[in-house]
Amino acid sequence: MSSVPSNANASTFPAWPVVFTLAQREVVRFLRQRNRVFGAVGQPVIFWLLFSEGLKPNDLDYGHFFPGTLVMILLFTAIFATISVIEDRREGFLQSVLVAPAPRWAMVLGKILGGATLAMLQALVFLALGWVTLGMQSGPLELIAGVLLMLVIAVALTGLGFVLAWRMDSTQGFHAIMSVFLLPMWLLSGAFFPAGGSGWLAWVVRLNPLTYGVAGLRRLVRVGEPAVVDTLPSLAVCWVVSLAFAAVLLAASWKIAETRSTGDLL
Amino acid sequence: MPQPNAIVVEALSHRYGERTAVDGLSLTVEEGEVFVFLGPNGSGKTTLFRVLSTLIPIQSGRVEMLGHDLATQTNAVRNDLGVVFQAPSLDKKLTVSENLRHQGRLYGLAGQLLRQRTEEMLSAVGLSERAGDIVETLSGGMRRRVELAKGLLHNPSLLLLDEPSTGLDPGSRADLWRYLHTIRERDGVTIVLTTHLLEEAERADRIAIMDKGRLAALDTPTALRASVGGDSILLQSGDPAALAAAVNERWSCNAAVIGGAVRLEQPDGHEWVSRLATAFPNEIDSITLGKPTLEDVFIDRTGHRFFGDQS
Repeated sequence: MSSVPSNANASTFPAWPVVFTLAQREVVRFLRQRNRVFGAVGQPVIFWLLFSEGLKPNDLDYGHFFPGTLVMILLFTAIFATISVIEDRREGFLQSVLVAPAPRWAMVLGKILGGATLAMLQALVFLALGWVTLGMQSGPLELIAGVLLMLVIAVALTGLGFVLAWRMDSTQGFHAIMSVFLLPMWLLSGAFFPAGGSGWLAWVVRLNPLTYGVAGLRRLVRVGEPAVVDTLPSLAVCWVVSLAFAAVLLAASWKIAETRSTGDLL
Repeated sequence: MPQPNAIVVEALSHRYGERTAVDGLSLTVEEGEVFVFLGPNGSGKTTLFRVLSTLIPIQSGRVEMLGHDLATQTNAVRNDLGVVFQAPSLDKKLTVSENLRHQGRLYGLAGQLLRQRTEEMLSAVGLSERAGDIVETLSGGMRRRVELAKGLLHNPSLLLLDEPSTGLDPGSRADLWRYLHTIRERDGVTIVLTTHLLEEAERADRIAIMDKGRLAALDTPTALRASVGGDSILLQSGDPAALAAAVNERWSCNAAVIGGAVRLEQPDGHEWVSRLATAFPNEIDSITLGKPTLEDVFIDRTGHRFFGDQS
């Protein structure tokens, strides 16, 4: 029998292969579930068509809904990817991860990067669809920046999903959170309503970190009719808020997963 | 030089709210032993397993495993510890070898070494042919073998198994035990497992009998059986309480009602059979005489039957 080094400790432990391997697992699992792939690509396209056609009389068009739909894809995929934490727990996969010597942060980052990768793959497919059907108005640099911002948003939302799902024992519970918290968060991000306005709703929109993701994408990824961007927050603000959003949720995910408790079992 | 210890447990207690699952447990597992925690459901052995596997933190007491303090040097323990859970831990959507590859990376294995260990372990559990199959398509017994391969992939010096026979047919169970004894002999792996199956416990070097979170007995199977006072005699009767009282009144021999039957332990059981049958011909429906089993040991030490007897 071959000898296996057993002197690995926290400082020398090869943590990045753990991140990579767990992220890879998410992607492989996703691709093996055909209906998930179909639903993930089909649903946002249907939403986009319906909203754009339905609200055409209000001067809101395919171009207007494009960035919002991109964010919706990121939101839904990221969130559904992290629901798998609940399945991992219930189906038992998580228990063997929890007793392994791999550092907890690597486990969390693997899960989040896996979810974010799935979200990005689908968002890029949708981006290509918009490009082909409506035409791309952004320059190449803007487009690259836009894709990077999408990645930041994807990480933030996957982190949000992780924090919500970690202590949860059923996917049903997650669906409740989805309808009372995540869906309104998307609706109130400027993805749906035109930005601006006044009153409490405008304040909610302003305090919603996702607003800055949507606004940033409106500025960077212009597909079809040029969007009205005058009333939007500046690009710099969009970047700062989105990066902070992602950083806070990454840290929160790490923190929540690092605390061992009896609740790790179910 | 004394035998080094694989596990030292000192005054370990664990509570879930008001309920005490493990209650002041102290014991030692020696290196290279096959050690069984035997107990009915709710005896605290699963909680103990969770603590030893590093899944849940220690609430009170102290545990040293493989020379490391479990509370402060958790990662050092994890490096050298293989865990096979009772509940499945495989990703059903992945293939057998994908599962092992992820597992290996979680333990810091990579590249050639990881491939080699995966092959070795799959061939050891007789699943080389199924390496590329999705776990979902395997039978329950095969999945258990993959679990075992997973737990041993990083060549741990201590293997913890929780109810490893769950879902195995008798043939696979025998295979599992043969393999466990093989790795103990060949690689000196210490094997610690929990079970509620009395016949499984017989295969251990030493048995810790758990009851209500406490250690009811700890010894080799032979010594445990020998500790019961001779033969075990079981009397079936329409009114066991009255019969027990009458027997005790006549001989003061500690007859007790256990699980609806009168039970007593005496050397020279065959003499007692005739003595009892002569004295109470009408009260006794049947008499069973047996050499003590582990269940007798359990009853002897805990005062109740193995499977949830509250009477």
